[in-house]
Amino acid sequence: MSDLTLREAARKPDLLAPGHRLCAGCGESIIVRMVLKAVRGPTMATTATGCLEVSTTIFPYTAWNLPWIHSAFENAAATASGMEAAWQAMRRRGRGPLAKYETLDIIAFAGDGGTYDIGLQALSGALERGHDFTYVLLDNEAYMNTGIQRSGGTPRAAATTTSPAGRVIPGKREWKKPIDEIVVAHEIPYVATMSAAYPMDVLRKARRAFEAEGPAFLHAIVPCARGWRYPPEKTIEVSRLAVQTCIFPLWECRLEGGRPVYRLSAASSAIARRPEAKKPVEEYLEIQGRFRHLFRPERRGDIVDSIQAWVDNRWELLLERAGL
Amino acid sequence: MMQRQVLMGINGDEAVAYATKQVNPDVLAAYPITPQTIIVERFSEYVADGLVDTEFVAVESEHSALSNCIGAAAAGARAFTASAANGLALMWEMTYIAASLRLPIVMAIVNRALPGPINIHNDHSDSMGARDCGWIQVYCENSQEVYDACIEAWRMGEHPDVQLPVMVCLDGFTLSHTMENVLTLPDEEVEGFVGERGYMTIRGHMGDAEFRLDPETPLTMGPCDLQDFYFEHKLQQVEAMKQALDAIPEVDAEYAKVSGRRYGLIHPYRMEDAEVALVGLGSTMGTVRHVVDGLREEGVKAGLVKIRVFRPFPEEDILEAVGDVPVVGVLDKSASFGAPGGPLYEEVKTTFYDESDRPLIADYIYGLGGRDASQGLIRGIFRSLEGIRSRGEVAEKVSFVGVRE
Repeated sequence: MSDLTLREAARKPDLLAPGHRLCAGCGESIIVRMVLKAVRGPTMATTATGCLEVSTTIFPYTAWNLPWIHSAFENAAATASGMEAAWQAMRRRGRGPLAKYETLDIIAFAGDGGTYDIGLQALSGALERGHDFTYVLLDNEAYMNTGIQRSGGTPRAAATTTSPAGRVIPGKREWKKPIDEIVVAHEIPYVATMSAAYPMDVLRKARRAFEAEGPAFLHAIVPCARGWRYPPEKTIEVSRLAVQTCIFPLWECRLEGGRPVYRLSAASSAIARRPEAKKPVEEYLEIQGRFRHLFRPERRGDIVDSIQAWVDNRWELLLERAGL
Repeated sequence: MMQRQVLMGINGDEAVAYATKQVNPDVLAAYPITPQTIIVERFSEYVADGLVDTEFVAVESEHSALSNCIGAAAAGARAFTASAANGLALMWEMTYIAASLRLPIVMAIVNRALPGPINIHNDHSDSMGARDCGWIQVYCENSQEVYDACIEAWRMGEHPDVQLPVMVCLDGFTLSHTMENVLTLPDEEVEGFVGERGYMTIRGHMGDAEFRLDPETPLTMGPCDLQDFYFEHKLQQVEAMKQALDAIPEVDAEYAKVSGRRYGLIHPYRMEDAEVALVGLGSTMGTVRHVVDGLREEGVKAGLVKIRVFRPFPEEDILEAVGDVPVVGVLDKSASFGAPGGPLYEEVKTTFYDESDRPLIADYIYGLGGRDASQGLIRGIFRSLEGIRSRGEVAEKVSFVGVRE
């Protein structure tokens, strides 16, 4: 394992060039650029349909300085598994244009819609088959590209255009699907969560994912200023609060001796050591317009409390898993 | 130079698997579905026995099967899959994308009726439903044709003027599960014939590159393509299909040198002086040919035009083959609900519309859900055509034949 230093990362050229059409403050481009800083060498990527795809490749322009393909929405994992199969076949045969690459970092980027919902089957299949690729879930917690519709990744109470905060129903009624546990249950070598507020952690985890032999899954929280209704300059602040409130803790999980071994990452393990450092989830909720109805016209303490209870419960569960 | 060939007793699915084993593609991704399953089973055996070094990907759905092939073919690999009916329907989205990405994937479709109600037997509702997705479609009459098409398909799709995916269609059960004699080429002949995969050259701001994913020549495939360029890209697909009309016979001619078997886009039979003729495709054409011979002995001047390649549609060849035959019946093994007739009928009628001297044309939709197409049924259709000829008009444009009273 070889971790990148910040200096090395800064010197590496961006594989996602500036000039793309993602929104100012978009969490996706930040994570994608960081992840791509960590590639070991030859790299290929596929992207599911979504903001990242449409905003980076409006023909005849492209922001990608690496071989890249988009084929559809629900099949990023299947497409990546085909790319990997091609490379494996050529490697084994010692012929074909990819035969010469001893390592090839194959990355699938997909959003929450393309992962929690429509792409779950293809993801599960690719993980089960054990293809050597890295799946990066860019989780902005709704279908942002089509205009902020709820997905299985949308948190409870968030207002979206298909789970609006109405007079009777206060936003999404269901809890966020525990996608990481679903992925971990596939017994793949490496699973990790990440937040752009902790860039060195992102770089380190992305490199671990590429180095893993077999499928790796990186789950990034990517705040969306448009969909979450906060000023675009606050993306990193929101990314940090997600971790500090433990609604999105940072951890990694390796398969060791056939068992999933969870390890908290620095930011979250500091909270585990000093529980008083854990911020109330309200601080995270109240700066986002998607939760405005929990605070105005009157404070919905019942809902805020239920979210805090959910966060606490999940945090404790994680601590147990991490043996803390 | 004609090669020594081995006669094998195999069914249509095995012919697909055996030909594909000889081609030894880089990647095969497939999902089981009746009546295609034998293909995947046989190929798995080849993999398990080390007879091929193909990367076999046992995917979790047909959608992923084709998605996997797309990823593999985009990365420069030869990729193969096979499906039928519901499986093809589940792939539908990806069939268009494979074609628009100009990836010469080969897919065997073991034709089976689309539900509902669920039915596993043969008709052409699956592949006919996919006729506009941008794939070359080859329909096979027997397992020999299946074997040959599964070798030729790579060269058709990869032809530098074409670069499109190819569907090889064979009738479920009638061909897929029926043992026939198939002449097979030696492995090295197949290897030599298919050669290495060729790529399109594209021009970008960094110069020319082969159209495939490679870290040395990073290019973007499948971009967001809006009002300003999408139309032009569609026209390129239209052009490629047109060029396939020339490329396919070219490949056929080369294949004939190796195998001694030559197929065109169509195969006319006893059409020179025919007065009534049928146009159709698939395994029923063997029965029709047999009936034509019988009728000829009885003094009826019957003929047949078998369509082998349905996409691109060989209009010129059909015009020439039909010539001045006054009455033509079309055999459609799929219904197009709410349409003027079956898919083949519509294409044939369109083909003749601009001709000043055109035949009377009637559509006979038969065999849905595997309903038997017997000699008696075909004879009945020829009788109907003779009736049209003597009356000088088509009373019923579209008939559903072989239907329970």
